[in-house]
Amino acid sequence: MQFHQHTLSNGLTIVAESNSDVHSVALGFFVRTGARDETPELNGVSHFLEHMAFKGTERFTADDVNRIFDEVGAEYNASTSEEVTLFYGAILPEYLPQTFELLSSILYPTLRQDDFEMEKKVILEEISMYQDQPMHVAYEAGMLKHFEGHPLGTSILGTLESVGALTAEQMRQYHADHYRAGNITLAIAGNFEFDQIVDLAKQHCDHWPSGTLDRPIHEAIPKGGIAIVTQDSRNQQNIIQMTPGPAAQDELRFAAEILSVIVGDDGGSRIYWELVDPGLVEFAELGYYDYDGSGSYMTWLSCQPETTAENLARIQAIYETVNKEGVTEVELEQAKNKVASRVVLRSERPMGRLSSLGSNWVYRKEYQSVADDLAILRGLTLDDIRKCLDAYPLGASTTAAVGPLKELQLS
Amino acid sequence: MQQQSIRTHQFENGLMLIVEEMPGLQSAAFSFLVPAGSIYDGAGKNGSSAMLADWITRGAGTRDSRELTATLDNLGISHSQSAGSENITFTAASVADRITDGLEIFADVILRPHLAEEQFEPVKLGAEQSLIATEDDPQRKAMVELRKRSFSAPWGLSSDGSLEDLPNISAADVRGHHERCFRPNGAILGVAGNVDAKAVIEAVGKHFGEWKKKGGADVKPGDCGPKRTFIEHESAQTHIGISYDSVSFPDPDYYAAWAAVSVLSGGMSARLFTEVREKRGLCYSVYASQSSLKHEGRVLCYAGTSNERAQETLDVTLQELKRLGDGIDESELQRCKARAKSSLVMQQESSRGRAGSLARNWFFLEETRTLEDVRQKIDALTVDSILEYVNRRPAQDFTVLTIGPAELKVND
Repeated sequence: MQFHQHTLSNGLTIVAESNSDVHSVALGFFVRTGARDETPELNGVSHFLEHMAFKGTERFTADDVNRIFDEVGAEYNASTSEEVTLFYGAILPEYLPQTFELLSSILYPTLRQDDFEMEKKVILEEISMYQDQPMHVAYEAGMLKHFEGHPLGTSILGTLESVGALTAEQMRQYHADHYRAGNITLAIAGNFEFDQIVDLAKQHCDHWPSGTLDRPIHEAIPKGGIAIVTQDSRNQQNIIQMTPGPAAQDELRFAAEILSVIVGDDGGSRIYWELVDPGLVEFAELGYYDYDGSGSYMTWLSCQPETTAENLARIQAIYETVNKEGVTEVELEQAKNKVASRVVLRSERPMGRLSSLGSNWVYRKEYQSVADDLAILRGLTLDDIRKCLDAYPLGASTTAAVGPLKELQLS
Repeated sequence: MQQQSIRTHQFENGLMLIVEEMPGLQSAAFSFLVPAGSIYDGAGKNGSSAMLADWITRGAGTRDSRELTATLDNLGISHSQSAGSENITFTAASVADRITDGLEIFADVILRPHLAEEQFEPVKLGAEQSLIATEDDPQRKAMVELRKRSFSAPWGLSSDGSLEDLPNISAADVRGHHERCFRPNGAILGVAGNVDAKAVIEAVGKHFGEWKKKGGADVKPGDCGPKRTFIEHESAQTHIGISYDSVSFPDPDYYAAWAAVSVLSGGMSARLFTEVREKRGLCYSVYASQSSLKHEGRVLCYAGTSNERAQETLDVTLQELKRLGDGIDESELQRCKARAKSSLVMQQESSRGRAGSLARNWFFLEETRTLEDVRQKIDALTVDSILEYVNRRPAQDFTVLTIGPAELKVND
């Protein structure tokens, strides 16, 4: 594997990792914009705009866009998070020029009024669909409460009201402000020649407006609290608990990641043995999520309503023990072995490399090879985990509960 | 398509092994099908196989549950085990040189599980929680209930089990399920990745050679559920499930049936996405998929939409399904072929994907099928051959199930 990098005069950065042993090539435009960059009256616009990208450009109609992607047999899609809007596709190398042209083109869609109105209906359906998924309702309520007053507390989808009130003009303005070449990273992994990529980028992206966008990335200082969404029709209680963790730029993030595996992975972790293995819960996990300037540990729990408080107390007891005593050498070694294998397996396909290639650049302007990732993982010590726990102890400053419960007593 | 090196070997006890050497990869994987799926659960015991798939890894051979997990984690073997309708499937993937260690450990799991009494109650509680969670997820529930009404019993029953049967399943029932169903004759092991086929054959022979043959149970197809079902539910959307008859996996018409569904739902330029979502904005999620078993097949469709637009969504979706026989454009077929070719080539990057395919193909067809074989079959399809199939077996006699606040009218 070989790393390449190039920046166009308008600021578009290309990061690429070539590998002639694979059969495909994956490329993605990472636009550094998402829910956190929205004002309240624009809530939902980043995600809505991601949908609108597929509704046609000056060169391609909406039918063309979907048709051509399918004609080249692309595995393609787009996603929107709190911080990044990503447009990506994986294809066979022979279709690279065609796919590049189309994928780069849709970042600058026409945004026609009638398409806007039609797609708004789809977005409203998507919001309703997620309302039927209790864990998603808990996630939204948790993020909102935990990051209250901070940009990260902005819903990705928006609400039926906020999206309903959005106008095409507001979206055009948002697009003009945020889709600037200096705010976009093109990541590409797999079987390709880098010279060809630079040529394609010059041909199709050179005219993009230059400029970057500053976003405030001050660390969130959550006040914490409880949000209870009572839904009598549910059988299970779904819970999200959050507490601060290291930010995406913090060296402690590697320790936080391995700690979350040791304490709350879906198998073989402390939470697993204490709650999932004995059948006390349907689901319980701890995850670590890093953002621009902030970070969070998130506990996920689904169980019978009447056992919720005791299960949360069990999890809390695990966290307190870990905060006090740390983890063991045996646990750390086991987690390293497990994660190392995941890294290798995921990296085998270009699509598996794309996200880490793009994210490393968007968040830290750095390249990390698979070997780099493995070396960092191997080098982690109990001392690193101790430092991380001292700075960011495990806990539950914020709780969101969705289900039949009307109240929840936390110990 | 790159030349593939696939070897098959049947052991004396009947265990079938299919190995593909993929020297370009760092990884290896296996997919182990044991004929112990939910169709063998028995009357009133639906869920036995799902519980067995959980219980079976909670201690085996010389290792207890925690030791087993620690050993697999330390070897970097990511694994899963689950019950389907026909088989319990064990999958594992790791860096290539660890995969034979994985086979040795799974020989303990499959042949020498502890199935300890004290682990049974936790398994049962876990199964119950998982079934209750499905009740809270109307989209998932719609598809579980649709399957029940689409395939003959016991194939249509949920492989997760049912809340009705769960209290009646004892530890002895689940041990009996293992005793009855776990046998080498009928079991299929697919291995793919950077491995030496000869070494794999030797390792499998060493670890599974002593497994004793036994007779299997014969399951006869029974009835399907009703054609029309409405489940009242206080949900934000109405969840619509539709199914109609199609062909089994071994059927000579399989690829034509696959292409017909692909025209409807293979990619974002396909008809359902275009007509229901892009042109009318009725749905976020709408799709159809080919679901073929060994002896029967159905097309299963789903659409989720807000309650006031549910009737229109159902009408438009049914209309699209029915009008397929009116004509298919050459360009639609070309897109199906392009997508298929691309996904076949990309399979060569995934040991997991290939191991699964090797085992599945043998289960359904009792033969190996190279990616090139599949590509040729897809290449041979023409608009006429697909239309001939669609008009011979048109989308009709629909099974429709809806979950939501109000019942819909089926205008078929």
